[in-house]
Order: sequence, then structure tokens, then C-alpha cells
Amino acid sequence: MLIAVDHVSLDVRAHETVGLVGESGSGKTTVGRAVLGLAPVASGAIVYDGSPIHHLSRARRRPLASRIQVVFQDPFSSLNPAMCVEDILVEPLLANGVSATEGRARVGRLLDQAGLPANSGRRHVREFSGGQRQRVAIARALALEPELIVCDEPVSALDLSTQDRILQLFIEIQQSTGVAYLFISHDLAVIRQISHRVAVMKQGRLVEFGSCEQVTLRPADAFTEELLLASPVADPLRQRDRRRRRLERSQGSILSHASASMNPGSPNPEEIK
Amino acid sequence: MSESVELATTNEEWDSSSTLRSLLRNPLACVGLALMLLVLGALVAAIVIGWVSPHAAITGDLRNTRAPVGTAGHLLGTDLAGRDVLLRVIVATRATMFSALLALVVAIGLGVPAGLVAGYYGRWIDLALDWIASLVMSLPALVLLMAIITSLGTSMWITMTSLGAMMAPSVFRLVRSQVIAVRRELYIDAAIVSGLHDARILTRHVLRVVRGPLILMVSLLAAAAVMVQTGLDFIGLGDPSTITWGGMLNEGFAGMSADPYLFAWPGLAMSITIAAFLLVANGTRDALQAHERPETGRRQRSEAHTLEVVSGAGGAEPSVPPEALLAVRNLTVAYPSATGLNDVVRGATLELTRGSTLGLVGESGSGKTQTAFAVLDLLPPNAEVLSGEIWLDGVDLLRLGRKQRERRVREAIAYVPQEPMSNLDPAFTIGYQLTEPLRHRGASRRAARERSAELLRHMGIDSPERVMKAYPHQISGGMAQRVLIAGAVSLEPRILIADEPTTALDVTVQCDILDLLRRLQDEFDMSVLLVTHNLGVVADLCSDVSVMRAGRVVESAPVLDFFARPRHEYSRKLLESVPDENQIRPAYRDADEIDSPAERGLR
Repeated sequence: MLIAVDHVSLDVRAHETVGLVGESGSGKTTVGRAVLGLAPVASGAIVYDGSPIHHLSRARRRPLASRIQVVFQDPFSSLNPAMCVEDILVEPLLANGVSATEGRARVGRLLDQAGLPANSGRRHVREFSGGQRQRVAIARALALEPELIVCDEPVSALDLSTQDRILQLFIEIQQSTGVAYLFISHDLAVIRQISHRVAVMKQGRLVEFGSCEQVTLRPADAFTEELLLASPVADPLRQRDRRRRRLERSQGSILSHASASMNPGSPNPEEIK
Repeated sequence: MSESVELATTNEEWDSSSTLRSLLRNPLACVGLALMLLVLGALVAAIVIGWVSPHAAITGDLRNTRAPVGTAGHLLGTDLAGRDVLLRVIVATRATMFSALLALVVAIGLGVPAGLVAGYYGRWIDLALDWIASLVMSLPALVLLMAIITSLGTSMWITMTSLGAMMAPSVFRLVRSQVIAVRRELYIDAAIVSGLHDARILTRHVLRVVRGPLILMVSLLAAAAVMVQTGLDFIGLGDPSTITWGGMLNEGFAGMSADPYLFAWPGLAMSITIAAFLLVANGTRDALQAHERPETGRRQRSEAHTLEVVSGAGGAEPSVPPEALLAVRNLTVAYPSATGLNDVVRGATLELTRGSTLGLVGESGSGKTQTAFAVLDLLPPNAEVLSGEIWLDGVDLLRLGRKQRERRVREAIAYVPQEPMSNLDPAFTIGYQLTEPLRHRGASRRAARERSAELLRHMGIDSPERVMKAYPHQISGGMAQRVLIAGAVSLEPRILIADEPTTALDVTVQCDILDLLRRLQDEFDMSVLLVTHNLGVVADLCSDVSVMRAGRVVESAPVLDFFARPRHEYSRKLLESVPDENQIRPAYRDADEIDSPAERGLR
């Protein structure tokens, strides 16, 4: 039995962004999926607005659709390629009792919120670039005016300049609608920009959870520090310095750990790192 | 492998009308459609005759038997009982098409819902339905049909329903596999989170994907049904009271010595019908697939061809600085598209000097990967190098013959790809994949193995023997990248071209790989061309930078100069997009601008 998430506790308050950062295999995506009801919960609880939601059946979960929504990582597979944008945006509305005419009327507003041109409705998804598709995904998430959006690596697949713009969009939307985000990413730089509080996960466990400033400037955990030093910065001289510090740290840690088999690596015991 | 190119924003919508248009452009499909119309015409005629004069086809003039083709009033002659052949062929269309339709309806009616349910819900229901399908598939269809006919009679209803039930498992399998493929897609997850009911998800999302292959299969099944029905009629197991082609074939066969041509007409009719189904099926499949690929319209071929780039300067060669190990001058690479040739690299110029690391930076669509592939001689066959020079060791590669160019490139340049896992063959062990190129060059098996193990150790892998015995799926991404780098340096190249080698890896692993590349560069005296979009990686590893945008190199500079004083506007824009370390979001205080109801907690 593979334990993907091991006794993780965190909370997201209204209108705030909690950034969940970790490497591959850390379990961060699984936490997000569990909140969305897409991954089964073995033990523990997920409580939303006072009521537990982790063991709800599909039918009982349906009303939550208007309160918790999602933006996925891959803009190419998170939207049905055979559908046009309008149909994609209207679908969650129709599924939640909004009439077709009312739904189509709202599409214009959603496109505007997401920064897409007004005539995008009749176009097919395949005509758009990665950044634009992600805007469509964001517009879809906003359609039901949720209180919480789980963002699973929403900018990781985008170009640098597009990434910046989409992040700004997320922040703007939060400021204008008051939505809360559970923002999952492997990129600390991105997390730093958007999160009020940051949770760091490693191999299924939560190693640190605090304010953005504290975690990214004065990390308490060694792994967080390692993560921070590992991301290269766009400044050759500073990067040289960071590299030196990182090597010193790892050499220091080798000396201080008696056992040579202390390997910070593979989550999968069969894997060789 | 190729960069995702920004899609042109056209107004073309993918729907059934454009599929039809693609279909009509395919000449074979048009033939099929014409034949189909012919068959449908015969069908309509048959139905009309059935209403108007139902006995015309079975009334025979015994004074006029075996009339030859072209007799007045009997275009195809008469048969042994004096009945008009053409009339009978036309009337038989009805029974044949009807029986095919019946079989299809049963096959689809059973197969599609079962496939949808089995694929979507999985687990025990999938197990049960799959088992039933396998059981039915294992039964010998024709034998079973004959048994059914002998016990339950020759009624076409029974026969075709049974045939449909026996064809249903193929439909089931097809639908099920399509559904399983789609179920994993993120847009299904998004639909679930949006609160859609399963039935809705199945019809709106899943069924759409199945539509295309299903149409193809339906055509093939229709053809099969016609053949089976005709076959049964031919051997006398059909319904004798209905006129069918098989029945006519049977009679024709029996009277072959008397009139050999009676056999031909129903046979021809059957061939036309089956050809119609098959041609339309193939055409539909091609038309549906055409939407996946951009259309290659008529290409306007320029004078320059890939292998024979004629330089305007004739014999005089432009001077190349001697220290530049690799120099690309004015390279233009294009691909054919619906509107002529589409440039992806437009006059790119860059230089890699000996011992340096050049970072080739750009966003998607900038042409950086295409430039790297051009140097590596790895461009796909439909790529056209319209102009430019690639200088390696004082020789312009583009002017060499294919084999010579290949030889020079393989000797001097090695390649490390972006996705380590997709570049390892999952069917062979790591050891095999490392030793094979060495053995190809003449090393013995033992020597190759030893060298590979040594290289892996060099890459920082502690137990190389264990890794060499492993298969790609048993190692991590970082490990796989080390293996690929080992493979690349095993041939002792002078230039290493790495295409986003750390993008697919975790950031801590990325550091290690970059350290490794740095170390190897020193040890093997390699020059590195690093294609990347990550400016942090450039700052870490590179000594020089070239920035590409829309197929052109907009700036080239040593790395310190580039980051301190970027000259081009686009370079500045890129640097500004890098998230600033000091941009930290302050802790959230309860909202001032937004009205906040009671605090919500997510624990």
C-alpha cells in the first residue's frame, strides 16, 4: 500500500492563498485531489465550512461544485478539444441548474474576467495557445462563483512571460472576487509571489507551514532551505554564491550524518536514485 | 520533441460539415460515396417497386427464359424461370440492406452501452462484461449461425439478430478502450468537479471521442454483415421467400452450365455495395484524422533544396573565426503548411567557441529547438533548410552530402534530450542501451560493459551494475538523465547539445545534473550548447547567452553582460518576467475591500 499523503494537516482561510510546494512524489497533488473529492481519504478528515466532506458520495458532493472548483496544470488536456469555449464555460452552469440562456449571457462576463477576447466563445479550444487555454480553464473555474479554487500547478506548463501574466490574473481575480486558493506548485518562485501562507511537503509529509515571508526567507526546516537554495536565480554572480553555499551545506550535512545511506531521494523504495 | 507552436487563430470549426468537406476532397472516398448513392438509389427503387408492383420480380415469363443481355424490356436478360434479372437485383437490395441494418443495430445497441459502462466504471462490472464479450468472441460465428438456423428456422430476423449479437463484442472492445483512454483525461475530472452527472459526462464528453472510430467500425461491420448474409443465402440457408443476392448467386451457380452470366450480376451488385462501405469507411477515417494534422497544401518549392543549398557567393567562402568550434550563420528552416512554407527559424546566427557553454534561450515557438536539431542533423524529413551555413571545424555541414554530414555530426556532437524517460527504450535494460553504441563502434561486449559502468560511476551513480541490470521504468527521472548523459559522453564528443535537460526534473535533482554537466565539461573538454527557457539555469551554467524570438537571434552576449545590461527589448522583457525574490506576498489580513462572511476553515 503506497501512502501518498501521511498525516498532513493544514487549513485555508477565506480569501487567502495557501501555497503547497514540494517536489514530485511529495503528495501535494494528492492533497489537492482529495480536497476535490477525486482521491480517496484513508484516514483523517477534510472539513469545509464546518462540515466534513471527505466521505461524501458523488451525489452528496454535487452541491459543493458551486463552492470548490479547480484549475489543472495541463491546459491541453483539461479542456475537451472537441468543444468550443462557450460550451465549456456553460457546462458547469447547466449542471447546476442555471438555464441555457442565462448561462450564455454569463459567458461574456467570464471571458472578460479571464482576459479573453469577447468573440472567443464560438472558437474551438484547439485554436488557442497554452496561456489562452489556461485562461479558459480559469474562466470555467469562476463560472459557479466558488469560494475556494484548488490550483494544481496551473502555470507550470507555460512560458515565462505567460506565466507572469497568468499569475497576475490569479491575483487580480482574488482581489476582485475574494476567492481563496489552494495553490499547488513545485516552483518556489511562483509560490512566493502568490501565497499568503506556504506549506512545504516532502515524501507525503508536511515539513513546514507558516507565513510566506517566514518560510521563504527564514525557513525552519532543512528541506525547505535545500529547496530554496536549489532553485537557480537569474543572476550569475549571486547564483555562484548560492551554489557555493549549497555545496557547503550538503558537505556539512554529510559530515553530521553518520549513516552514509541517508538519501533524501526516492519515495519509491524500488527506485534507485 | 518539437516546440508547441502558437496556433493560428482561424475561424475554422471542427464539426461534421468540415469532415464532410475533407471527405469530398479524397478521390477514393468520392468514388465510395458515388457507389453508396447508387446502392441507396437501388434501395429506394426496391421499396417503391415493392409497393407498386410487388409481384413483378417473381413473375416469370416461361416463354422468354435465358434471354441474353440487352433484350428489349430486359436490360440484363432473364433467368432460368424467365424473370427479369435487373429487377431482381434491384429488389434484392432491400433484403440485403435491411438485414445488414438489423445486424448493425443489434451490434451497436449491445456493444456501445456495454463499452461505455465497462470503460467508465471499471472494476467488477468491467470484469463481468469483458468476460462475456470474450466468451462470445470465442464462439465460431458462422458455425453457430448455421446451428441457429437449422434449429430456429431461416427467418432473417433471427439470423441477423444473432449475427449482431456476435459482432457486438468488437464494438464493445472498441468503445471500452476509447473510454478508458478518455477517462484519465483532466477534462473528465473537471467535469466531475463541476458537478456533472455521470450520464451527462458519458454522452457529452466520452461519446464524442468514440464517434470517429465507431463510424469506421460500423462501415466495416455493415460490409461483414452483407457478406455473411449473402454467404448463408448462397449455401441455401437463407429465407427462400425473399429475393436476395445470395439466393440469386445460388441459382446462378446451379444453372452455370446453362447460362454462365446469371452468376455475374448479383455478384457485381454485392461487390459494389461492399466497396461503397469500405471506401466510405476509409475516407471517413482519413477525414477525421486529417483534423489532427495541419493540411499540407501545395508547397511552393523554393530553389534551395535541403541537401543542395546554393550560396550566392559561389566559391568564395565567408571567413570564420578560428576559435569558433561551431558557427551557425543565417540559418532558415521552414515547414510546409496549408499556405505555403512556414518559417520556424529565420536567419539565425550564433557561435559556440571552444570550451564555452552557450545558453540558447527562448520561449516556445522561438525556434531554439529547431536550430539545435538543424545542427544535429535531426530535422524531420519534411523540414526544409532554405538558407544558411552550419560551420563545424571549418566545414559547412549544409554543403556536404548526406552521409558525410552524418558522419561528421556523429563524430563530434552528442545530444541530451528533454524527456529522459521517453528517450529510453522500455523493452531493454539500461546496460544494453548503453553498451550498444559502443559495441557498434567495435568494442567487445566486456569492454563496452566495463566502460559503461565506469561512466555511470563517473556520473555519480554508486551502484552502476545494479542500474545496468534495471529497466527504464525502475529508475527515477534524475537517474535516467544521468544515464542519457553517460551515453552522450561515452562517445567523447567535442560538443554537447542539451535540449532543456532539466525541465522535466525536480529542482534539487536539477542542481545535481547541472553540477554534473559542469564537471564533465571540464573533464572532457566539451563545449556545450544548452537550449533552455529557464534564465536561472543560464545564470548557473552558461558563459554566453543567445536569445531567440520568432526564429531570429535577437541578442548574443557573454553571460555577465547579458544579465547586467540586456540590450534588446525582448531580453529585458524576459528578465522582468522572472519572479523577483523580493516579491513576497504579505500575510493575509481580514479583507477591507471584500465583504467576508464567517471564517471558513479547511482542515
